[in-house]
Amino acid sequence: MRIALFITCFNDTMFPGTGRAVVTVLERLGHTVDFPQEQTCCGQMHFNTGYRPDAVPLVARFARTFADYDAIVTPSASCAGMVKENHPLLAEEYGHEQLRRDVAGLVPRVHEFTEFLTDVLKVTDVGAHFPHRVSYHPTCHSLRGLRLGDRPQQLLRAVRGIDLVDLPAADSCCGFGGTFAVKNADTSSAMLADKTAGVLATGAEVLCAADNSCLMHIGGGLSRQGSAVRTMHLAEILASTEGDQL
Amino acid sequence: MSSRGVVWLGSPSFPDAARVALKDDQLRANLKRATGTIRDKRLTVAAELDDWEELRTAAEAIKNRTARHLDHYLVQLEESVTAAGGTVHWASDAAEANRIVTELVQATGEREVVKVKSMATQEIGLNEALAEAGITAYETDLAELIVQLGDDRPSHILVPAIHKNRTEIRDLFRAEMGHWGQPAPEDLTDEPRELAEAARRHLRQKFLTAKVAVSGANFACADTGTVLVVESEGNGRMCLTLPETLITVMGIEKVLPTWSDLEVFLQLLPRSSTGERMNPYTSTWSGTTEGDGPSEFHLVLLDNGRTDTLADPVGRQTLGCIRCSACLNVCPVFERTGGHAYGSVYPGPIGAVLTPQLVGVEQAASLPFASTLCGACYDACPVKINIPEVLAHLRAKVVEAKDGHTVEGLAMKAAGKVLDSPRLLGAAQKAAALGGRALARNGKIGRLPGPLHGWTDTRDTPAPPAESFRTWWRKNRESE
Repeated sequence: MRIALFITCFNDTMFPGTGRAVVTVLERLGHTVDFPQEQTCCGQMHFNTGYRPDAVPLVARFARTFADYDAIVTPSASCAGMVKENHPLLAEEYGHEQLRRDVAGLVPRVHEFTEFLTDVLKVTDVGAHFPHRVSYHPTCHSLRGLRLGDRPQQLLRAVRGIDLVDLPAADSCCGFGGTFAVKNADTSSAMLADKTAGVLATGAEVLCAADNSCLMHIGGGLSRQGSAVRTMHLAEILASTEGDQL
Repeated sequence: MSSRGVVWLGSPSFPDAARVALKDDQLRANLKRATGTIRDKRLTVAAELDDWEELRTAAEAIKNRTARHLDHYLVQLEESVTAAGGTVHWASDAAEANRIVTELVQATGEREVVKVKSMATQEIGLNEALAEAGITAYETDLAELIVQLGDDRPSHILVPAIHKNRTEIRDLFRAEMGHWGQPAPEDLTDEPRELAEAARRHLRQKFLTAKVAVSGANFACADTGTVLVVESEGNGRMCLTLPETLITVMGIEKVLPTWSDLEVFLQLLPRSSTGERMNPYTSTWSGTTEGDGPSEFHLVLLDNGRTDTLADPVGRQTLGCIRCSACLNVCPVFERTGGHAYGSVYPGPIGAVLTPQLVGVEQAASLPFASTLCGACYDACPVKINIPEVLAHLRAKVVEAKDGHTVEGLAMKAAGKVLDSPRLLGAAQKAAALGGRALARNGKIGRLPGPLHGWTDTRDTPAPPAESFRTWWRKNRESE
């Protein structure tokens, strides 16, 4: 199986460690991962902010870059959702016949990282070791967008040494919402305050999720409050082993 | 305070109105308690039906079919209502609807009307229009009465006074009821039973004297000409049966093809709105019946932006809304800001998509952005309106209306160029790493001035690492 990593522009720039973790886990499971260098961004920011035509070249670039792979894996539920839900829509609205066909052919091969592990590779135990108290935040795009269900928890529960604790009001949005956090900063901050209070109530050392964007928002709030709780993408927990703690 | 049309003219944009609302701790506590309770009740009673998802699918299908053939069903409704002894009036906009209702009331010679909660009449500002003609409209729904006594605006579709707690209501009753009719008792407490009794006595006087009533409608069946109102208090039934003349104002999208379609909606609506298996009062009437109920019935069919909405293939699903307010109760944004921040008769997620479509996106440009697109509203909607899809669609229309000539538009264009080039993206990453690290202390970026202050006021941001993933890959994998 030819597997390509779609790192996403945001992880590429801000959280390269998540990309390294994905590569580590997949290689540990015996797979070879490719990173096509022509990749950039899924166009989510443009699409969600109302700049649809500006997202179209990015849709075309994505389709071109990943055309030849059996599986395109990404450690971002929101970017996976963008590709699966909205690339076909944009191709339909603005694209030519060829782009529509390319996108339609590609979408079934795009996988969010945890879903790829559980549904395609059929593994839940990836051989990880992480002896810490951890809570999981189901981001809106993983919960209601991709319907990941408890796939992330299945993977986390199989991690040796982990103490997985439930997050109160887990299914409430953290208030990030991309440009929402800037356009509606006050409402976003009010939602964030409730989310960080929930995180602190768990007594967890680490909060993890399948989207670094939400984690940057929640982690930023925790940090401003002087909390020592760390935020980590769950790929980094799955990459940890006894000999190599992240 | 005047409310004209769907949008309250002069309302601040959503972010500005929300900022004020967020500072009101009492409001936030009231909202959190009320929406939390109703949210849990809804989940419980929806889970009791093992065909809940099939019901949602059926409702969506009926609404879609109705929208596709709306002209046909409306004409059929007119024929059925007329055959049953009613009179149908067509109103293309708020002014026309107000003129029709005012003339109908004037023809009776009356100067007072009782009203049962109707969002359509709020949408067109009927009370204000009647007042200009010297006619007083008395709201009889308890929550609407509270809003009217307070010279306030409704803040929720189902619970218009959700922003008030019972102490605030007690004070309002004592101060204002006497100006509108029977005063509240001097020693009124904030016990719900006492508050309800005070309202009952106040309203009874109106019910027994009013000759004209104005109502809304939840549904109207094209095949039988039956109009229907669901409610909890029985005040609506008083309005619908006691007066001599009944005038119903309904949006044209409320029509259903057949009487049997009600089977689907009367299961979905009460469960989705109040979390009850069935609402206490469901009143149906078809035209007039001699010696029983109003002797004159007028049905005003209101367009007011609806056929424009129907013309939009993505946006038209919004017309499927049955005003249950489930989306409001699950919305994390509504829960913090309340309904007034939306500046519209229709607040919350459904208001954020319906309002801009009814009045034009330029008139409510901030509303499609008043959401994180978290999707809770779509999951809760009993007719499966994909609110996030419509929000994103309307955002594009807002941007289009501004023609890209904004700071944001230019920034998005520039970002698009960078993101369409791995080379430029790599350069930008290096610049961000350098710039970010210059701004950071202990690896974190703190408060910043300028457009990002809203973000940085409450959150630290990690400094971008020196090495992007693509750089790491080139060094560690490509060279292997």
